[in-house]
Amino acid sequence: MELPLLHLALVGTPNSGKTSLFNALTGSRQKVANYPGVTVERKEGFFVTPQGRQVSVVDLPGTYSLRGRSPDEEITRDFVLGKASGETVPDLVLCVADSTNLRLTIRLLLELKRTGRPMVLVLNMFDIAARRGITVDVERLAKELGLPVVTSIAVRKGGTADLLKLTDEISAKLAAEAEANSWRALSVAELRATQREADRIIADCVSLPARPDTWTARIDAVVLHPVGGLLVLTLILFVMFQAVFAWAQPAMDVLKSGFDALGELVQATLPDGLLQSFLQNGVISGVGSVIVFLPQIILIFLFILLLEDFGYMARAAFLMDRIMGGAGLHGRAFIPLLSSFACAIPGIMATRVIDNKRDRLTTILIAPLMTCSARIPVYTLIISAFIPAKDVWGFINLQGLVMFGLYAAGIASALAVSFLIKFFMLRDYAPAPFMLELPDYKMPRLKSIVIGIYTRAKMFLVRAGTTIFSMMVLIWFLASFPQPPVGATEPAIDFSLAAMIGKALEPLLAPVGFNWQIAVALIPGMAAREVAVAALGTVYAIEGGKEAAEQIGQVLATKWSLATALSMLAWYIFAPQCASTLAVIRRETGSWTWMAVTFAYMLVLAYAASLLTYNVAVALGAG
Amino acid sequence: MTDTNDTRPHMPLGLAKRGYTGVIQHLSAREAGSALSDIELESRLIELGFVEGARVEVLHEGLVGRDPIAVRVDSITIAVRRREAMAIIVA
Repeated sequence: MELPLLHLALVGTPNSGKTSLFNALTGSRQKVANYPGVTVERKEGFFVTPQGRQVSVVDLPGTYSLRGRSPDEEITRDFVLGKASGETVPDLVLCVADSTNLRLTIRLLLELKRTGRPMVLVLNMFDIAARRGITVDVERLAKELGLPVVTSIAVRKGGTADLLKLTDEISAKLAAEAEANSWRALSVAELRATQREADRIIADCVSLPARPDTWTARIDAVVLHPVGGLLVLTLILFVMFQAVFAWAQPAMDVLKSGFDALGELVQATLPDGLLQSFLQNGVISGVGSVIVFLPQIILIFLFILLLEDFGYMARAAFLMDRIMGGAGLHGRAFIPLLSSFACAIPGIMATRVIDNKRDRLTTILIAPLMTCSARIPVYTLIISAFIPAKDVWGFINLQGLVMFGLYAAGIASALAVSFLIKFFMLRDYAPAPFMLELPDYKMPRLKSIVIGIYTRAKMFLVRAGTTIFSMMVLIWFLASFPQPPVGATEPAIDFSLAAMIGKALEPLLAPVGFNWQIAVALIPGMAAREVAVAALGTVYAIEGGKEAAEQIGQVLATKWSLATALSMLAWYIFAPQCASTLAVIRRETGSWTWMAVTFAYMLVLAYAASLLTYNVAVALGAG
Repeated sequence: MTDTNDTRPHMPLGLAKRGYTGVIQHLSAREAGSALSDIELESRLIELGFVEGARVEVLHEGLVGRDPIAVRVDSITIAVRRREAMAIIVA
C-alpha cells in the first residue's frame, strides 16, 4: 500500500541556514507560491526518503518567537498550530539551528515544544561549529530537550543523510505521538524563563571556545567602520552597476544575433504578407528584444543573492539606518529597496520585514522609484544610441557613468519623496526600533545561488512568454490594422490604430519632446516597462520596413533628437509604468487609495522631470 | 558571573562607547522612549538574547550620531539603535 505524503515544516530563526537545508533536501523540486490572502512567499519542496517515503517540506518564514508580530511570523505560527487556512498540519516540525549560534533557536524550540507537534532539532552547519572548536553533546542535548536531535551539513553532499534516516524512523511511528497543544502567547516573565532554561541547557551540553569567529571580526572592522564601511558599500554598488552594463554585453550580443538570424530565417522562408510580418515583427523582434536582457537580470540577481548569502545585507542595513532615518526610512527598508533594483514586486513584498505600518507604507510608496531591471532595456537602448562609448578620466566608461547617474537619480528622488511623506503626511512620526541580527559571514554556496537565480530567471522568461508576448501581439495588431489602402505611398503604420492613439496623445506629450511613436510605445509599457522597447521596435520596424528591425538603436539615433532621448530617460526614472507593481501595492496596502496615490505622484514627477529635462536640453542646443 | 561587576555603576547600554564591555543587570523598557510599548520592547530584547547576566560588548557604531550600535551579546551580534539600547541596564 502506498503511504500518504509525509508533511514536514522547517522552522527556525532568520540566518539559521533553513533555506540552504531546504535547497539541499529538495534540490530543484520546489514550488513557490503565496499563502492565500497574503503575499508571504510559500516555498514547498518534495523529496523521497531512503526507504521510499514521499515527503513534502514547507520552508516557513524565519522567526524568533511564535508571537507573530508580522504577517510572516503569523504564517509560521498558524502553520505549526495547524490554523493556517487550506494547509495540512505538519506531521513533523524540523526546527533548524545554526550550530554556531544555539541560544536563540533553543529558546524558540522550547516555545515550539508547547504546540505538541512531533519535532526534531536539526543542528545545521555542524562542520563550521566543529572548525570553530564548538562541541555539542548531541545525546545529552536530545535528553534535556526530550526530542530527537540530528546534525546536518546542508551545503555538503550527503550532509543530510542522518536527517533523512531519522525522518524514516520517525515517520514509521508517527501516529502515536501527536500531543495536545498547550501553546499560548508567552508573557515577558515566561519569555525570560524560557531564555534562562535555554541558556542552562546550552551551558550543560555545549562548550564554546572563548574566541568568536575571527574572520567575521576582521571583515567587520573594515565593513562596519563608520566611514570606510560607507565607502565599501558605495564601491559595491558601483561595481554592481558597471558589471551589469559591461559584463552582460557579450552574452546579450549572442542572444541578439540569434534572434536576428531567426528573424531572417522567417523572412527568407515565408512569403511576404501578414504571417511573415506577424512572426518577424510581432513575435521574434518583439519578444526577442526583451529576452536579450536576461543576462543583465541574471547578473543583478547574482549580486543580490551573493551579498545576501554572504551576510552583507544586514551590514548594509546597519550602515544605512541613520542615513535613511534622516529621510524617514527604517534601516530594514534597505533590503526591500535594494531588492527593488531587481524588481519592485519582490521589493514591495519584502517590506513585510518592517513591522511598523508607517515605515512600511513609506517604503512601499518609494520602492517603484528604485531602478528596477525592467528599466534596464529602456536605459540601455537609449544610452547606447545617444551616449558615446568613450572613457572618461581614462578608466570609467561614459555609458556606465550615465547609467550610474540614472540609478543615483532614482535613489535621490526616493529619499526626497520619503522625506516629504515624513514631513507632510505622517507628522506624528515616532521612529520604529531597528533591531537586527548581524550573522557571521558565510561563504556563499554555488547551489543556493544557482537555484535562486534559476527561479528568478524562470519567472522573467515566463513573463516574457506570457504577458509580454500577448502585449507584443496586441501592439503588432494595433500597428498593422487597418491595412493601408492599395497604392498608398506613406508607411503602412500611418494608417493603423496605433497611430491614431499615438496622435491623440501627442499634444499631451509634445511639451516633453515625445513624438507619437513614443506615445504608442508607452501604452503597452504599462504592462511591463521593458515592453516599451519591444513596442518601439515594432512601431519603427513596421514603419521603416524590414531593414529597420536590425537596429532599433540606430533608428532612434536618426529619428530622435538628443533632447527627446534625455527626456525619455528622465521619464523612465519616475513613470509608474508597471501594472503588476500597482497591483502588488494595492494588495500589500489593502487600499486602492495608496495605489492611486503612487500612480498619481509618479506620473506627476515623470512629467515634470521630462518637461524640465527636455526644455533645458533644447535651450542648450540639443533639440 | 555578575558579581565581578557589582562595584561598577549601572548605566544604560545606550550611552556606552565603542569598546565597552559589561554584563546586563536588568531591562527597563520604560527608560527607552521607544515607539514600542514597554512589554513589546522587552519581549523583543529578550528574544534577541538580551537577558540578565548576558555579556555585552559594543563592537561598532554608525557614522551619524554614533548610532546604531552593533553589540556582541554572548555569542551573537545584534544591531540596535541607542534609543532602544537605553532599556538595557549594564554594569
